[in-house]
Amino acid sequence: MPELIVNGRTHTVDVEPDMPLLWVLREHLGLFGTKYGCGISLCGACTVHVDGAPVRSCTLPVSAAVGKEIVTIEGLSKGGLHRIQQAWIEHEVPQCGYCQSGMIMAAAALLAKHPQPTDADIDAAMTNLCRCGTYARVRTALHALAATPVLPADKRS
Amino acid sequence: MTVAVSRREFLKASAALGGGFVLEFRYPLASAAAAGAAVTEVNAWIVIHPDDRVVIRIARSEMGQGSFTALAQLVAEELDCDWAKVSAEFASPNEHFRRNRIWGSMSTGGSQGVRASQDYVRKAGASARAMLIAAAAARWQVPATSCTANAGVITHGATGRTLRYGEVAADAAKLAPPREVRLRDPKDWKIAGTSVHRLDIPDKVQGKPVFAVDVALPGMLHASIAQCPVFGGKVASVDAGGAEKMRGVKKIVREEYFVAVVADSWWRAHQALKQLKIEWDDGGNGNASNETIAALLRGGLADAELPRARTVGDAPAAIAAAATVVEAEYQSPYLNHATMEPQTCTAWFKPDGSLEVWTATQNGEASMAAAAAAAGLPLLKVEVHKMMLGGGFGRRGGPQDFVTQGVAIAKALPGVPVKMMWSREEDMQHGFYRPASIVRLKAGLDAAGKLVAMHTRIACPSILKVLLPQMMKRDGIDFTAVRSFDDMPYAVPNQQVDYAMRNGHVPVGFWRAPGQQNAFYRECFIDELAHAAGKDPVAYRLAMLKEGDKNRRVLAAVAQAAGWDDAPPPGIHRGVALADGFGSFAATVAEVSVSAAGAPKVERIVVAIDSGYVVNPDTCRAQAESNVLFGLGSILYQENNVKDGRIVESNFHDFRLPRLAEMPRVETILVPSGGFWGGHGEPAILPLAPAVCNAIFAATGKRIRSLPLSHHDLRKA
Repeated sequence: MPELIVNGRTHTVDVEPDMPLLWVLREHLGLFGTKYGCGISLCGACTVHVDGAPVRSCTLPVSAAVGKEIVTIEGLSKGGLHRIQQAWIEHEVPQCGYCQSGMIMAAAALLAKHPQPTDADIDAAMTNLCRCGTYARVRTALHALAATPVLPADKRS
Repeated sequence: MTVAVSRREFLKASAALGGGFVLEFRYPLASAAAAGAAVTEVNAWIVIHPDDRVVIRIARSEMGQGSFTALAQLVAEELDCDWAKVSAEFASPNEHFRRNRIWGSMSTGGSQGVRASQDYVRKAGASARAMLIAAAAARWQVPATSCTANAGVITHGATGRTLRYGEVAADAAKLAPPREVRLRDPKDWKIAGTSVHRLDIPDKVQGKPVFAVDVALPGMLHASIAQCPVFGGKVASVDAGGAEKMRGVKKIVREEYFVAVVADSWWRAHQALKQLKIEWDDGGNGNASNETIAALLRGGLADAELPRARTVGDAPAAIAAAATVVEAEYQSPYLNHATMEPQTCTAWFKPDGSLEVWTATQNGEASMAAAAAAAGLPLLKVEVHKMMLGGGFGRRGGPQDFVTQGVAIAKALPGVPVKMMWSREEDMQHGFYRPASIVRLKAGLDAAGKLVAMHTRIACPSILKVLLPQMMKRDGIDFTAVRSFDDMPYAVPNQQVDYAMRNGHVPVGFWRAPGQQNAFYRECFIDELAHAAGKDPVAYRLAMLKEGDKNRRVLAAVAQAAGWDDAPPPGIHRGVALADGFGSFAATVAEVSVSAAGAPKVERIVVAIDSGYVVNPDTCRAQAESNVLFGLGSILYQENNVKDGRIVESNFHDFRLPRLAEMPRVETILVPSGGFWGGHGEPAILPLAPAVCNAIFAATGKRIRSLPLSHHDLRKA
């Protein structure tokens, strides 16, 4: 039975090896923040971190995630709100909010790689689909985060 | 203010209010009382805790448009409580019916969330405030008029004594509501009219389970569904193909119009669904295609006599006598809503004979009705739990197909909660689509280029005919099919609007700003006329708008903000359009570039909106941004094609949504002029497509008379 390390905890799950990680997270571990949107890695609503990289969990077989560090929106911050979540609140980024777990996970991965992303970096990394039109605020919030010093307590993901 | 406190006066006041909204004589919440909590329902909209926390009930749905917060702001404004202590919750649809529809309408469409309920929710807040003051005054044995309330604290002016709302709520709730309340002048607003943070966002950024897809109940099973791919068809036969033996599969449910697999996980249910060998009876629609639909619409346009949506003067005669005649044909394809959260419904037939439903709905009352009908239960045996919507855009209000299905599936497994979720493919192919339409426009200009006559023939399926037949106008006119023409603001002495309702077999529905394709047709055609007359498009429009018309204000405002009179930067081209709708007035200037290879890019959108009042400016700006992005995909590349009776597109690879890199800069100019209440969920989409396409003309010299742009060669000739 696969052992999964999710948000720092190890879980044993009794599932088929080809079950996508998304469904293991949602229906076997009760982590509902990660969303289904398309099932074919196009929309990014299911984005989680696997060993620090943004991965679309709707097409990743759970067998490919065994032994790796998986972080979901629920585990983004060890306590309280992550600075990205705070920035998302400050700039009123979400509308319906359905795509935002994935959007925030993609943003966290981008900032980990490029703490001061250019517009081109943002365009290239933020390929998650949003139907409500939050993109302009995603960009604004990312630039605001880039301009804000990262406190040691924030250093995660 | 004198507060009427006698029971008799309360009854009289209630009777005088008549049907619809009645301020509730209060009582503590049964559930809260049972739990020993001392919370008090002051009236149906307002619950106050002893520690002054205020819970405001919201009847409309929240799909990202912000009404959940804006309505709470309006209540809190009149209640005069401390906004930091306010939270909101959805009113229970079951309780709504038990209490004689006490929360007014739950329908959330037509950009009406705030504008259609602002009056009664503000009165609820003001009424509760008066009752709280009266309770404090009674405790002090002073006249209520000698007391004031501010930020949740009541003060007796003469002595400086104070009481908090939480201390007097229980007393206040025993009083009768005042017969009349005076609402604040919006210029005095302190909570409303400000960009307070939205109440729903903190949960959403943390991935909290607020959506219908996130419902989890003990013993719950999951369902995936397959409907006949040809609209109007049904199930002919089902061969399980071994699906029933697949891991986790509990049941295969066959209904007349769909088959569902129920399993212990959605993924397992969906895998098994794909194993089924289903034969469909296509209901005679298997040959329908883009071509047959176009022929149906064109047949309508060719009819000699059509119902008239508008007649002013004699348009055909005036066109015959005109110095210049301009003619054009415009068209649009079907469009899916493509909410990011697919259609979802959890239903649970409980051992006590009741039914509970959790769903993403734009109309809790309609969901109740659909659930009760599908269950064969009396309405009050049903409860619908309204979840946050992962997008709505008109998909989840009129049609309640997902509730009907979810209940039908759960009915096959009494006692077991079943969560049905559509796959993206199912969602793409079983929508209630923005109608495809074709419109012929004919205009007559006088020698000076002035528009003297316009004759419009519209062939378009009717949304109302199927979804809301009670809203059909006289003579078979569906206002959503003729809008922007039957109410054109331009002073044109001769107008005729003909409507050919041709319905076809594709289900149509309220796609954000229903009828928005007409604004595209009209405002592009007006641009053609301005060009034919050799006039500036802004000046040409202004010359046709009467003094005092709010369309003038927004047009002037957007032209100024966009710098219309100044030359655009190199490589940038501008277009303009205006349209009113959903109670508001909007005008847009679009700036586009077109690459040498013919790739269009929308660079900047400036939109001016007059909604009368603005309850939350930031949310209104967010809605303008939302309208731009939602419209952008349909301008650039979205379309739903029909072949073999079914929708061709199946997921986001062939029904693209724009990405972040494609988002233009959006500048929203709010110019509320007061005196009316307009919406914000939809108006800004109306002038978007024509402004963009008029800019494309400025860039390329090519008139865009059909969308999406992906069908057009935009390379410079």
